[in-house]
Amino acid sequence: MKILVALKQVPDTETKIKVAADGRSLDPIDVKWITNPYDENAMEEALRIKEAQGAEVVAVSVGGERTREMLRNALALGADSAVLIRALETGDPLSVARHLAAYAQGKGFDLLLLGHMGFGGDNGAVGPMLAELLGLAQATVVTRLELGEGCFRAEREAEGGTEVIEGSLPAVITTQRGLNEPRYPTLKGIIGAKKKPLEELEGTATEAAISISAIALPPARPEGRKLEGNAAAQAAALLQLLREEAKVI
Amino acid sequence: MILVFCELKEGKLRKPSAEALSEARRLADAAGVRVGAIVAGADCSGAEDAARYGADLILKAEAPSLAAYSSDGFTTLLAEAVQAKGASVFLASATALGRDMAPRLAARLGVGYAADVTGLGLMEGRLRALRPLYAGKALATCDFATPVQVATTRPNVFPVTESPRAPALEALPAPLSDFKAVVKELLAKAGGRTELAEAEIIVAGGRGMKDGANFKLLEDLAEALGGVVGASRAAVDAGWGLPHAMQVGQTGKVVSPSLYIACGISGTVQHVAGMGGSRVIVAINKDPEAPIFKLASYGIVGDLFEVVPMLTACLGGRH
Repeated sequence: MKILVALKQVPDTETKIKVAADGRSLDPIDVKWITNPYDENAMEEALRIKEAQGAEVVAVSVGGERTREMLRNALALGADSAVLIRALETGDPLSVARHLAAYAQGKGFDLLLLGHMGFGGDNGAVGPMLAELLGLAQATVVTRLELGEGCFRAEREAEGGTEVIEGSLPAVITTQRGLNEPRYPTLKGIIGAKKKPLEELEGTATEAAISISAIALPPARPEGRKLEGNAAAQAAALLQLLREEAKVI
Repeated sequence: MILVFCELKEGKLRKPSAEALSEARRLADAAGVRVGAIVAGADCSGAEDAARYGADLILKAEAPSLAAYSSDGFTTLLAEAVQAKGASVFLASATALGRDMAPRLAARLGVGYAADVTGLGLMEGRLRALRPLYAGKALATCDFATPVQVATTRPNVFPVTESPRAPALEALPAPLSDFKAVVKELLAKAGGRTELAEAEIIVAGGRGMKDGANFKLLEDLAEALGGVVGASRAAVDAGWGLPHAMQVGQTGKVVSPSLYIACGISGTVQHVAGMGGSRVIVAINKDPEAPIFKLASYGIVGDLFEVVPMLTACLGGRH
């Protein structure tokens, strides 16, 4: 089995967001870059399949120089090789999917794993787009995955319950928290990673299908008020305000 | 034409679809174009409901092969409809299905996609979308560069407006059924409750709940209010047996209900990213310095184990 894990480097989820001087991007000063949290579940799932039945795991990312560090970490976790596709981040998921598809095409991957969404862009689009560009089955936001002979069974959260999806391999699966508990790299893994191949490719520039023309911080919420008195008085006051002032109940 | 994919439930349009359709009607009126609603399934009875929210045309794809959702199958159906109708804008609600399908459709058509938008404008055929980034910590204005434009609308944001029409009805041919992946079953969760992302009222608990069993207090209050129960990451990670599906926050659900009642939740950046867009926020916490109070429309500094049952009782008990 050959597995591709696509990773994205994103700002730490605790980052205080500041808008850059251009008014359309994130000010990178003071930003700590991490592996997209949902991608950690994709990586972990690939490693578990590798341990259970044997697999070659390739980690890939579309990005710039600093992305190398994240791919080294993927190698330390247990990926066999890594590929950096050098390209500018445009905020257009279709161009990212096209870079990934151009790389994966014809390489015989049975399973392509990605986090269900990249923190920051919040599109959740690259997985389905990649599946489409490669003409493969997809299951998104998956919390449980089982592989069979040339097929898969996945569970995902949906309105009203858990959906069970069955499809054929090769497939693109996007992963959600809860699928597994991601591991940390071991010292042995970190040392071993230095000997593993990290290939660099130049991405071919494609025109963005969508672009961000401005970023703003959300408007501040109006000052609230504290309700005084004992629990009974507070409860009564709250319900009255919710009914008469806020009109939400 | 603006095409809107509509989901049906029990012979009616699901509310998130009615929201997307209402927004399409507003855009279409301003731009002088028509609105088409697409429904797909083995049984499309209720599709006519789309006329209530302003559909000029209802496209029905009714076939046994469409009984269960398939990403690739529905993409084929919708891509053909977009092309046949020469639609310039395709909208769906950002439901589990919408977010699975719409990006695949955009890739099939080779066009731009904006997910989970909270505002839309249409000028000279070009769509402009407002959408949250960084789990709501920033808001982006996005411009499309392609002649066809695909977007999903965030549930609970766009108002539902009735503007009845006498629509034309048209049957769409169903795609072949050799789909690559299909939904086989829905393992229903207990009670068939409203999805967090679509709930109007959410009562959520954090570390201050002290134990998973205490969430019963929140369930009682939620039931009295007609709402649903959520949890912070701290509570989900505490080993109290709460499912991840309950988690509100950056790595959980992003919600924007009319009323969010945070009980024993301190208000970390991670949590606020998931609920900061709620219209009215109530915080109940015994720590007056908890950051959640900076956000709260109404704050109660006090013991949630006293205040929450009191609220439930004032609302007339459990029912």
